[in-house]
Amino acid sequence: MAGQSGTGTSATRRLGILVIFLLATLALCGLWFSAEDVVQGSTVRIMYVHVPSIWTAYIAFGLTALCSGVYLSGKNRSLAWDRVAGASGEIGVLFVAVSLVTGSMWGRLTWGTYWVWDARLTSTAFLFITYVGYLAVRQLGGTHRQRARRSSVLALLAILEIPLVHFSVTLWRSLHQEATVANPNAKVELDGLMLFSLFLGLVAFTMLFAWLVLHRQRGMMLEDAFSDRGLDVAITARRNEAGA
Amino acid sequence: MTGAVINKRRIAIAVARKDLTIEWNSRILVNQVAPFAAIVMVLFAFALDNDGILLRVAPGLVWLATLFSMLVVVQRSFTVESADGALDALRVAGVDMGAIFVGKAVALMVQLFVLELMLVATAVVLYGVEMTLAGFCEAIVTLVVATIGLGSVGTLYGGLAAGARGRETLLPLLLLPAVAPVLIGATRATEAAFGSGGATVSEGWPWIGLLLVFAVLFSAVGTVAFGPLVDE
Repeated sequence: MAGQSGTGTSATRRLGILVIFLLATLALCGLWFSAEDVVQGSTVRIMYVHVPSIWTAYIAFGLTALCSGVYLSGKNRSLAWDRVAGASGEIGVLFVAVSLVTGSMWGRLTWGTYWVWDARLTSTAFLFITYVGYLAVRQLGGTHRQRARRSSVLALLAILEIPLVHFSVTLWRSLHQEATVANPNAKVELDGLMLFSLFLGLVAFTMLFAWLVLHRQRGMMLEDAFSDRGLDVAITARRNEAGA
Repeated sequence: MTGAVINKRRIAIAVARKDLTIEWNSRILVNQVAPFAAIVMVLFAFALDNDGILLRVAPGLVWLATLFSMLVVVQRSFTVESADGALDALRVAGVDMGAIFVGKAVALMVQLFVLELMLVATAVVLYGVEMTLAGFCEAIVTLVVATIGLGSVGTLYGGLAAGARGRETLLPLLLLPAVAPVLIGATRATEAAFGSGGATVSEGWPWIGLLLVFAVLFSAVGTVAFGPLVDE
């Protein structure tokens, strides 16, 4: 780490440039080149951000659970797994927030209301709150090991909770538009460029996620190192005081 | 092996008895939590200010009041432990954490059950709910199954939120999203039992199934996960 300033490496810089290029292309395709929807008009363009962001959030929470599982089951219990889980959880919360905001903007234009109590919306809101809780638990303090153990168990609990909440909310009510692309029974009914923009969005957001996680987990590593170092410095200072 | 199982059971019983004895001696549930729950029910009546609406939403209000009161009871259950470092002492003594979880969960369930009975009675008196015999039986089954789920999740997250400063505020954030399935399932089952909004008794049983899944899942997971969660 000596001599390095920031959390970037040549690999993340290349990834970052790729992400900028992909997002710029997505903006061009989504806002400019792709056609308006027959029914929804220009509001369909929100989907190029809305769908990729919730997709990325699912990947993020999946990664959080995976890394937490690896942390708990691994023999050496490397804190790196915990930091990736935490970084991924943070960025997942960010992307759920983006998808909730863009979704309610789309809903206002299409359904005429920011929010409806439909199953998928409601359980997404619960997903958001659950992981906000996860992030809060990470901030509880204690040693890095305590944080890692606590938050890993919680991440696995969340994975258990989410299907249950989703299932019960679905039983409660369901009105949400059926998935259009991921529906195995229906032929995909999207214009070529619209579909391309959507998939470009998925790729671009996934890459962006990877870039953010790489930087964030390095940032966390530095934070951990800083707090360890800070403790050592404080102890030395007290010792010197006692000795003097 | 058999010895270990009996030992765990004895630990669980001892912990549950200890918690209930503390409760019996301090009367916190009766003197503070139950009045709090009752005032919540009265405040709902002020807020809604309509007998018809009140009757229709009575089941949801019973369960909301239960959840709010539960936060207080759970916090109380772990304040007792962390005040003197009792949980740490048990852990250092090598007592099985799964057994402690079961004991604390059972004590919590007993307290919640008493509270829920009181809330249902309040709904009957204040909101004018009327029940058939079949509805009454269904309501009791709903209370039992929902309480097992709530007690398990409450103990699990209560253990996590216990101890250090500032964690009290964390409990609602963790607990309330997790118990959403119980609120949904128990409210619908209680609606069927109360006959609110024209619901029939038979409509309630599938929701009790949901509550049962929740109860089984979280009591099993809680026994395993409690140790690592409270381990400091």
